[in-house]
Amino acid sequence: MIGTGISVNSITARRRHPLARLAVVALALGLLGGGYALFAPSNSADAAIASGKADDVAEGKSLFVAHCASCHGMNAEGGPMAPPLVGVGAAAVDFQVSSGRMPAGGPGPQVPRKPLGEWVTPEAINQLSAYIMTLGGGPQRPTAEMVDPAKGDAAKGGELFRANCIQCHNFVGAGGALTYGKYAPNLNEATPEQIYEAMVTGPQAMPVFNDSTITPEDKRNMIAYIVQMRELKDPGGFGLGRIGPVTEGLVVWIAGLSFMSLTAIWITAKKRKK
Amino acid sequence: MTTTLKETPKLVGGPANYLDERLGAGSFLKRNLRKVFPDHWSFLLGEIALYSFIILLLTGTFLTFWFKPGMGHVVYDGPYQQLRGVTMSEAYASTLKISFEVRGGLLMRQMHHWAALLFVAGMTVHMLRVFFTGAYRKPRELNWIIGVLLLTLALLEGLTGYSLPDDLLSGAGLRITEGVAISLPLIGTYLTFFLFGGEYPGEDVISRFYSLHILLIPGILLALISAHMILMWVQKHTQMPGTGRTNQNVVGAPFYPAFMAKAGAYFLFTFTAIAGLGTFAQINPIWLFGPYTPADISAGSQPDFYMGFLEGALRLMPAWEINFLGYTLPLSVLIPALVPMGIIMTGLALYPFIEQWVTGDRREHHVADRPRNNPHRTSIGMAAVTFYGILWLLGANDEISSFFHIDLYHTTIFGRVAVFLGPALVYVITYRICMGLQRKDTEVMSHGVESGVIKRMPNGQYIEVHVPPAEDIADHLRGKAPIPVVSGEPDSEGIPPKGARSILGKAKATMSKKYGTEHIALEEDHGHGHAAIGSGDGEDRKELH
Repeated sequence: MIGTGISVNSITARRRHPLARLAVVALALGLLGGGYALFAPSNSADAAIASGKADDVAEGKSLFVAHCASCHGMNAEGGPMAPPLVGVGAAAVDFQVSSGRMPAGGPGPQVPRKPLGEWVTPEAINQLSAYIMTLGGGPQRPTAEMVDPAKGDAAKGGELFRANCIQCHNFVGAGGALTYGKYAPNLNEATPEQIYEAMVTGPQAMPVFNDSTITPEDKRNMIAYIVQMRELKDPGGFGLGRIGPVTEGLVVWIAGLSFMSLTAIWITAKKRKK
Repeated sequence: MTTTLKETPKLVGGPANYLDERLGAGSFLKRNLRKVFPDHWSFLLGEIALYSFIILLLTGTFLTFWFKPGMGHVVYDGPYQQLRGVTMSEAYASTLKISFEVRGGLLMRQMHHWAALLFVAGMTVHMLRVFFTGAYRKPRELNWIIGVLLLTLALLEGLTGYSLPDDLLSGAGLRITEGVAISLPLIGTYLTFFLFGGEYPGEDVISRFYSLHILLIPGILLALISAHMILMWVQKHTQMPGTGRTNQNVVGAPFYPAFMAKAGAYFLFTFTAIAGLGTFAQINPIWLFGPYTPADISAGSQPDFYMGFLEGALRLMPAWEINFLGYTLPLSVLIPALVPMGIIMTGLALYPFIEQWVTGDRREHHVADRPRNNPHRTSIGMAAVTFYGILWLLGANDEISSFFHIDLYHTTIFGRVAVFLGPALVYVITYRICMGLQRKDTEVMSHGVESGVIKRMPNGQYIEVHVPPAEDIADHLRGKAPIPVVSGEPDSEGIPPKGARSILGKAKATMSKKYGTEHIALEEDHGHGHAAIGSGDGEDRKELH
């Protein structure tokens, strides 16, 4: 303060003014907000405005900030625990969010399917997808016709399913173990759309089956097979989880041999002489 | 009001007389129908296998009427939508036909498969019963060996049958069979080409397995089962120790009518179990697995339970191999395929002879041991069960990992440790349990059992009154006999006996001592039937500890 010509007393007096606190808070908020507006990316948002999706993108972005950004970063650039989402496309967003996998509950070898949060509506997923598509495109979601099981050839799909899927997902999609605590999930809960999206985006441990590996038509055949198999009533009685000999062995030892032992005890039992 | 039959009705007497005059059936039946069988529930376990075998023969015959053991390619056009237009082998297509088009075909297929599982499971528990009660001892060693052969053949019969439908699951098993055959040093390649008639899978293996499965192996099984039964009949069944039961007699019910009724009832129970499972529980749904192509493999490819221990051994084995002068010895396949099976089957076959050698016991035994009374045998048996069980469990490690959310590699590491540590631990625990149970028997014999009566003495002291055990239970406990020991002690001049001078002899004497002498003698009651624990006279108390 020395040499400025303003007395120290007058500055401290202003600081003690009743409105000083309000002014400081207003200044800090202004700086923060202004700084954010200055540095936050706005180019892709401009493009979206031009295409008329500005509202979806803006809504999607705010959903992203609220539910995803803590791990994936404010700009979906990824973080120590989560991959970047630039270029993953709407298909990945829909698969992950509509199956409840994202937002993830916590770190682990693999993120499980879980019940959807209250905010997860088809509209919210659309908005989130629109925002992620503005970050660098990526696989689009399939149309209803592309995943209609009624339009597929299940027998052909079955052959492709056996050639490409059962190594991990088991004969009819009961799921199976992978290394380091990862696993191929049971396919019974997946919707036709989710199955398609999983194939084109390769979530978690799953490889990508893009359109040059398996054509969209063959994908629909495979979806037809998966859906028909899960609806197929087991002609032989209880399906025992459809995982083959492990449960059959358990049944013969637990039910079969217990029954035989109990009947053996029964027919050889005799009254004790008192 | 009752009417008594004065003479045999003509309708019965006529044909019976006709047969008797020509076959001598009368004296044969007279001798054998009154054959006495001892009664114990565990003696029926072997019958599970016998009756399952009968059901296997009947259902299997039914299946042969439609099954086509061919590997020629056909395009499926049957009623099962999800495979229409798919190329498959004749064997697989005919199995689909049996399942979906032949009336009762699926039920027969399922009963055949459940009966096969129950056949092997029944044999296994029967074998465990014979082992743990020492019923394999002289004069029954040869029948025991027949039993071990039957078990081995049953595994082979199961393996060939499992492969016949030529579905994707059984193809995985066939591929492992090929892998094992080709891993054998020197003969592997020749053996594989011989078995498959060329490169795997070739076009011959199904029809060859078919001949083995429906003709050769069942024929041998039938012959050996007959021999097993005849020997049992001639040598008489062992009996559990009890009132009036000695090495010279058999106490029980005559074959006709009592035992025949029970055996007949037990057949019906076995049939109930198999038909019930065949009706309500789906087994080997080959339409879900799809036809075999060598290019496809599924998660959760498992063998039927009786091959599970081999699968587990294969999964636990580290990837070891030896390369020598351009030849590869794949230990990672050879060891799991041969070593556990070798240990278990050879161990089973030799055990009666090893035990005889160790104990020097060449006497006949017709009264069974209670497992606790030969603690080393019981512990060895339990250790073997643990070894088998851990391999068996780990054969399903992918299903365990997936169902219980355990890291797959952790299950493998657990198995690698447990397969060695588990049997040792179980050996010690079983031994301690056996000794504890022996002490309990001694206590029952010398002190009696709690009567539930608490008495107050004139001096104010309370005592718990014990009464002697019921006579039949006491006789059951008295069946305990000391295990003979081969003496290796030097005589008065310091010279060991003849058999115990060599290294082998010394080892035998040491083992014999261990096997036979840690044995708690039954001490009978000291004459006063109401031993009162806590009466404070010290003499009673010490027996407890």
